[in-house]
Amino acid sequence: MSRTVRVTAFAGVLTLALSGCGGVGGGSDAGGGTATKGALSTMGFGFSDEIASTRVDAFKRDHPDVDLKVTEGSFDEQQFLSAVASGNPPDLVYMDRKLIGTYAKRGSIQPLTDCVKKQGINLEQYRPAARAQVTLDGTVYGIPEFSTVRVVYLNEGLLKKAGMTADQVNLADWAALPGLNAKLATVSGGRLSRIGIDPKIPEFLPMWAKANGVDMLSADGRTAKLDDPKVIEALTTGVNLIQQQGGWGRFKSFRDTFDFFGAQNPLSKSQIVAWPMEEWFLNQAAKNSPDAELVVKPFVDRQGKPLTQSAGQAWVITKGARNPDAACAFVKQMTATDTWMAAAKARADARKSAGQPFTGVYTANAEADKRIFDELYQPTGNKRFDDAVATIRSVQDAAFAMPASPAGAEFDKAYYDAVNRVLAGQAQPAQALQRAQQEATAALDKAAK
Amino acid sequence: MATVTAPAPGRRRRTPLARREARWAYLFLAPWIVGFLVFYAGPMIASLWLSFTEYDVINPPEYTGLDNYRELMSDPAVARSLGNTVYYAALHVPLVMLISLGLALLLKRVGRLQGFFRTVFYLPVMTPAVAVGILFLLLLNTQDGLINRALGLVGIDGPSWTTDPGWVMPGIILMSLWSLGSTVIIYLAALQNVPRDLYEAAAIDGAGAWARFRSVTLPMISGALFFTLIVNTIASLQMFTEVYTMYFGNRETQNTFNSDAATFYVIHLFQEAFQFLHMGFASAMAWLLFVIILIITLIQVKLSNRFVYYEGEDK
Repeated sequence: MSRTVRVTAFAGVLTLALSGCGGVGGGSDAGGGTATKGALSTMGFGFSDEIASTRVDAFKRDHPDVDLKVTEGSFDEQQFLSAVASGNPPDLVYMDRKLIGTYAKRGSIQPLTDCVKKQGINLEQYRPAARAQVTLDGTVYGIPEFSTVRVVYLNEGLLKKAGMTADQVNLADWAALPGLNAKLATVSGGRLSRIGIDPKIPEFLPMWAKANGVDMLSADGRTAKLDDPKVIEALTTGVNLIQQQGGWGRFKSFRDTFDFFGAQNPLSKSQIVAWPMEEWFLNQAAKNSPDAELVVKPFVDRQGKPLTQSAGQAWVITKGARNPDAACAFVKQMTATDTWMAAAKARADARKSAGQPFTGVYTANAEADKRIFDELYQPTGNKRFDDAVATIRSVQDAAFAMPASPAGAEFDKAYYDAVNRVLAGQAQPAQALQRAQQEATAALDKAAK
Repeated sequence: MATVTAPAPGRRRRTPLARREARWAYLFLAPWIVGFLVFYAGPMIASLWLSFTEYDVINPPEYTGLDNYRELMSDPAVARSLGNTVYYAALHVPLVMLISLGLALLLKRVGRLQGFFRTVFYLPVMTPAVAVGILFLLLLNTQDGLINRALGLVGIDGPSWTTDPGWVMPGIILMSLWSLGSTVIIYLAALQNVPRDLYEAAAIDGAGAWARFRSVTLPMISGALFFTLIVNTIASLQMFTEVYTMYFGNRETQNTFNSDAATFYVIHLFQEAFQFLHMGFASAMAWLLFVIILIITLIQVKLSNRFVYYEGEDK
């Protein structure tokens, strides 16, 4: 089938269903092909802050002959597929690492074996969890950027009011969690006004399952283990915590009102006591609530051993990239230790001039992180935040990640749906996860063909 | 006495003027015809072909015969999304028509301020669908939403509109009534076109308000009612933007809302096409929806022969 027919057909699906389709546009015919010349286009990336702009500026400075065009905005599957179908893909795409397996399996992104070799990219500098997410069947398809990890935030002021200290919050003891939750949450007249413990399911179910000693997806990303009794136990534990606090309807609607990015965040408004969350909230808390009684602890498994789940974005080079050499040079520079250092310095300077503490930059490049924290990071003097930074750094090496899978999106949907069915009272955990297991297995089997 | 013989049908020769007019007509129609062929007919035919293939957009399609259609028939997710969509359409369309008619009748009675109210009723139509979705997510919040707060004032403990599977669809229907302004305006125009002398004649014959409404108003605006029935039915079967924004628009909403209750047919189609890369299957879904809409519309047209009155038509 010719490309024209395929493009036309692709448009037909949209026409029949509804209208509206984005396109990447602005295709370049400049070609290139040499290492540092010609046009280079990206998708899914934006100049959201100094971390992004400093690194891009560094690339532009070192590669003046590359005409870099950054199409700003988050990664959009429809936009990407439109570009691929029209034979006009961007050279580079910045996407969630969990999508890489699917696109790699379909052949829409390039293996980076040659790129790594040609540019001499040291893969060992990247954290193992991040590397695993960009590797399918032993082949690397992406270069990881940030490493987002999850830690437990505690509002110690509220703990004190409950007659407790942060040390007494033990998430390893699942049997004691309901008692702890009942002590911390405030529910009166069917109205929830303070969350005790937020298990953050369905998003964090893989981490709860891992804490219980099981991976929900095999390391090769091809076998689902959603109906494992330990996953069922993890889900039951999380659901019970929510049911204790008025049920999912009340819980979620209360949580939906939280603004984690402003001065009126749930920490400052005393709306939540203990919650696992990504490390980026520390930056927000430092900026918006520097006086908050915040304690950050590692999430732990049932033996009390620190555990975290890592996630983040990665750069990939598309199959039809017109300038793969420049693209490779770009991903190398964007994730190189020196570039991260320059970006972190820009962030530190910006924070300093704003009178706000610099709480670090957490990348997937372990070398870069080491240098940032050894050479650039200065303790803020606020012990709470300095301890929090140390905690976040310490858990980076205890991180696991959901492996790359050829049916990652379907797998996610299967277990999200299962959790939501349980939360909505439509199914019991075992029943819901058995159904999810069937759905995920069917999708994984289909994708493996 | 002179006799005039009418020209035999089909044999009438067109005058040069008529031919020239026809050429100009085609010329003016050309942009639409070209647009239709390139952007609608061509893609539709191509997607029909795609529906018989396994196609992920990235690799060339592989012919699989009727496999996609067989899978459609046995996929519980398709049945569920279709069920949700039909449920929505079955409630949304009559409600929109009834409320719009009520509002139009009220508007007709308003004197000087009619223009103002007409604008007020139409304004929500101008609100972007995405904004409507986000707005209603806030309004329908179980604990702090305006709707449950209002219910609380009269002693009703409002439901969990967005998380209780039994209340998700009523919440969506409530949201859909936000933008019924177009239907109101159409009905108002139709009502204003009903000849006053018909009401006067009916009143002289002793017809009361209800009898006048049933025997004069309804028949005279039946054309508008039929038009809105068709248009609203098609639109409700293609419901996408507002619900997608509310329940699937970002990772947070996608992960934490119950997709069983909120997945409409076109949303499921979109997910199959762009998230799971099953473009062939999504094409088959699109064609199934097309056929369903076609059948429903044909039934409605057939029924309209009995219930719709067009002026100047022999009945």
